[in-house]
Amino acid sequence: MSDAYIYDAVRTPRGEGKSNGALNEVSPVNLAATALAALRDRNCLDTSCVDDVVLGCSEPVGEQGAVIARSAVLMADYDDSVSGVQINRFCASGLEAVNMAAAQVMSGQADLAIGGGVESMSRVTMASSGGAWFADPQVAFKTYYVQQGISADLIASKYGFSRDDVDAYAVESQKRAAEAWDAGHFVDSVVPVRDQNDAIILDRDEHVRPGTDMQALAALNPAFEKMGRSMGFDSVILQRYPEVEWIDHVHHAGNSSGIVDGAAAVLVGTREIGDALGLMPRARIRNFGSIGTEPSIMLTGPGPVTRKVLKRGGMEVEDIDLYELNEAFAAVVLRYMQDLDVPHDKINVNGGAIAMGHPLGATGAMILGTVLDELERRDLETGLATLCIGAGMGVATVIERV
Amino acid sequence: MIAYEVDSEGIATIALNMPDRPMNVLNDESAEAIGSTVRQAIADKKVVGVIVTSHKNDFMAGADLTVLLGVRDPKVHMERCRQLQQIWREIETGGKPFVAAINGTALGGGFEFCLACHYRIAADAPRSLIGLPEVSIGLLPGSGGTQRLPRMVGIAKALPLLLEGTRHSPAEALEAGIIEAVVPPGELLNAARAWLQKNGNAVKPWDEKGFKVPGDQVQSMEGYMHLVPGIAKMREKTQGNYPAPLAIMSCVYEGCQVSIDTGLKIEARQFAYLAAGNVAQNMIRSMFFSMGDANRLKRRPKEVERRTFTKVGVLGAGMMGSGIACGAASSGLDVVLLDTSIELAESGRAYSEVIFDRDVARGRIAEAERKSALDRIMPTTDFSDLAGCEIVIEAVFEDLAVKADATARSEVVIGANAIFASNTSTLPVSGLAGSSKRPESFVGMHFFSPADRMKLVEVIRGENTSDATVAAAMDLTKQLGKTPILINDSRGFFTSRVIGTYLNEGRTLLMEGVNPALIENAAKLSGFPVGPLALCDEVSLELEHRIYSQTKAVLGDGFLPRTGDPVIVDFVENLRRLGRKDRQGFYDYPEEGEKRLWPGLSEVYEPAPNQPGVEAVKRRLLYIQGVEAARCLEEGGILESGDADVASILGWGFPRYTGGVLSMVHTMGIETFVSGCVELMKSYGPRFDPPEILRGMAISGETLFAA
Repeated sequence: MSDAYIYDAVRTPRGEGKSNGALNEVSPVNLAATALAALRDRNCLDTSCVDDVVLGCSEPVGEQGAVIARSAVLMADYDDSVSGVQINRFCASGLEAVNMAAAQVMSGQADLAIGGGVESMSRVTMASSGGAWFADPQVAFKTYYVQQGISADLIASKYGFSRDDVDAYAVESQKRAAEAWDAGHFVDSVVPVRDQNDAIILDRDEHVRPGTDMQALAALNPAFEKMGRSMGFDSVILQRYPEVEWIDHVHHAGNSSGIVDGAAAVLVGTREIGDALGLMPRARIRNFGSIGTEPSIMLTGPGPVTRKVLKRGGMEVEDIDLYELNEAFAAVVLRYMQDLDVPHDKINVNGGAIAMGHPLGATGAMILGTVLDELERRDLETGLATLCIGAGMGVATVIERV
Repeated sequence: MIAYEVDSEGIATIALNMPDRPMNVLNDESAEAIGSTVRQAIADKKVVGVIVTSHKNDFMAGADLTVLLGVRDPKVHMERCRQLQQIWREIETGGKPFVAAINGTALGGGFEFCLACHYRIAADAPRSLIGLPEVSIGLLPGSGGTQRLPRMVGIAKALPLLLEGTRHSPAEALEAGIIEAVVPPGELLNAARAWLQKNGNAVKPWDEKGFKVPGDQVQSMEGYMHLVPGIAKMREKTQGNYPAPLAIMSCVYEGCQVSIDTGLKIEARQFAYLAAGNVAQNMIRSMFFSMGDANRLKRRPKEVERRTFTKVGVLGAGMMGSGIACGAASSGLDVVLLDTSIELAESGRAYSEVIFDRDVARGRIAEAERKSALDRIMPTTDFSDLAGCEIVIEAVFEDLAVKADATARSEVVIGANAIFASNTSTLPVSGLAGSSKRPESFVGMHFFSPADRMKLVEVIRGENTSDATVAAAMDLTKQLGKTPILINDSRGFFTSRVIGTYLNEGRTLLMEGVNPALIENAAKLSGFPVGPLALCDEVSLELEHRIYSQTKAVLGDGFLPRTGDPVIVDFVENLRRLGRKDRQGFYDYPEEGEKRLWPGLSEVYEPAPNQPGVEAVKRRLLYIQGVEAARCLEEGGILESGDADVASILGWGFPRYTGGVLSMVHTMGIETFVSGCVELMKSYGPRFDPPEILRGMAISGETLFAA
């Protein structure tokens, strides 16, 4: 088995995922092509050496349909020989894509591959691709389907996180993100999105709200209370979790991940191809994995998948220097820290999706790049990126610097 | 069975008229006859159009449920379904226009027959009901109802019609878009004829190319907005215990994405699955047959002539007396409402005023009715006003002395033929009758609160109660629009005894340190409207405490304390948390917002380190009631298993999907139930000891119900 090395990782800035967001005017294929072109240009890459491009996308319909990875490859002027495949693991699609690219390399079936992802949430809105999971009565019934926000509120209720707890986490996320941007921690990896005249459309994450404080967040109404109480969803999840008396609806727009547009790409290959192309490996992908967990609480997969992946790698929680867990909802991260006993100063040290947003198909690849950048900056060794996933799943990847 | 004629213009009339039956129903025979007549009309070259109607008052009441009960082979249901679907499909595609002239009630399969026709005209007959109520007995409309309705009115409108099973008046049916016209009864056939002569379109929209279900498509954001919250709402309502609403949603969801013929196959499979399953069988048994027996007064002494009441006395204008007075007045009886002060009596009448005002506001009754009903209630403090009452219902304080006094003072006034009924929930009637000079005319009538709404009355026969008195009490119950269950006297009768075990088990679990939320949620998941702790609060812990003390005093050495009694003592004597009325019991009742479990519970009853699973808690709450109900049957307190079912469903909301408390045992299988009880007995004590009657049946293979 070969080792898979990360040679580079880039992402676009994240634009507000609504009609007045800066990236609303950019098609998803162009967002993806921006990331792919950046990989090529930064690494003077002979693209004919790339065996495959795996892109995650969680709503692969409309202009994100028809294997957007192949279209992006062509739009980025890669060699015709480069194939593309689009995969979907909901919110972890971007990380899963990197893992699949790495798997091709590790199994000896590819020398160089790209994993990444794209999501224009402003143009292809959530649930556009439909699905048996929530719309087919048999499936929704069997799985106690509720919207993710209700699941997040259950996590807070079940594991004892108050509104103040989740808001305090969100304030810290905003603070860390703003400080990281101001200190230039993201600059090396964020590729501006440009128009055909080379003018910059966006070069900085648009969703960040520096200076967010507890008072500002306290003014926000719970986002899922009405839905939970009047549409029956609280009852559904309490039927699955009868030990809980009451759903405390603590999440709102300010302590949940932002809806944004963006793309990311990670270049993965064997040591030999790096040598041949004159590329310096930045990290080795130690191991990765996925897991399924109870689908109704849905968002508790990161803990179990972390344990699973660490065990497979012969590691302990303490062996990881830095963690990135996607901030889908504040309670997801709080539960993870509680579950694994991970201190706050080792996780999401530069903020996360609460501040910068969560472009569903791309985030996984973005946070892998973020943890790698930070390991280098702090000169630490090991990092773990993980995400919670719709319908109760988790994906995690462990990297170590070389 | 069917009158078929063709007139000179070539218009055929198919008129249903099943012999020896009050109403037309769908069974194998009638389906066969309808099928062959339909085929005859389609084949007859002279026939240009067909009117379908009935020669009875109703059009067709629906399926003959005797055909379904006890049939556990889905293949049989599937086949029957497909045959019927086939006939309706032949009507739709036979090339000749069919018009349904709906002269009266058309429900279930009867209305599905109409839906197969190309046009529907209903007579504006006063008591005519139209709809697809199958869901109420755990079924779905299995001959195209789930497919044609959404194709006619769209999924958004069709789903609630199918899921709620609403029965509509003709005007409402028109409004809902499930029929096309309403005409005066005398013009029905002419209107049908006119439609055939004028339009006569014999092709259904869904048999034309490019047909789309009207309104929002299933696979669209708008479609999801009907389905996704709909599924959650359905689960909230059913607690996942009723398969029919889910099957209906699947029929609509899947069926509307395929052709009608494929949709019909999907529907037939779901129907067969439901019809052969436990829930539909249980609901048919109890909601249709046992309930029917009770409402037809099957247990009423037959020789006694039926009695009609015009004037009733109600003693005590508290919650119960006021409710009884209200129900009686709205059923057209004159009511003398008596209490110790005129203010109390007046306030009892004021209860009715609130109820009637609300009924007027909701359009249920007219202003004139409100006034005359209210005028029928005469508040008084004077026992002599009871003169002329054919029955006096005593609803005073649950205390032997107080009740005895009320009895004696009434009997002085009322006529020789009048009945005295005591509304007691626990005190044995034979004991109360001891204070009566004419115990043969003394009967128990246990109403449930709120008595104007709750449908159940336990009619309790005391040692000396005569057949005539029992019959009269049942007649009155029926006259009040309620369902009587005949009970033989014993402490707690039937319902109070069984509910008592439910409440006690809840308190026992609490004492054991089981998470109170889990106790309450387990009860709700089992299908109870209210958890045992919340119900304790509603009943009031204070009242429970009083009954506990009283029973202890009366029985002396014979008193057997129940496992959960210490909780009652703790709450009333030490914690002074008396229940809902006190705004604090097991729950806190804030001025605003919903009740929440009292956080102090975990300090009083230390949480057990190993919490049981929810299924284990459900099991205890259900089994203990099954055991107690079987004991009542064994002791002869309740006469038949079906009575226990009806009383449990109407009395304390025992979940309908089980068919009622003894159908639940029947469905589990007596052997399984008995061995489960034995296990529970080992872990939790002799209260789970299965009564001999069940142990015997487990060995002999006898059952509580024939099917």
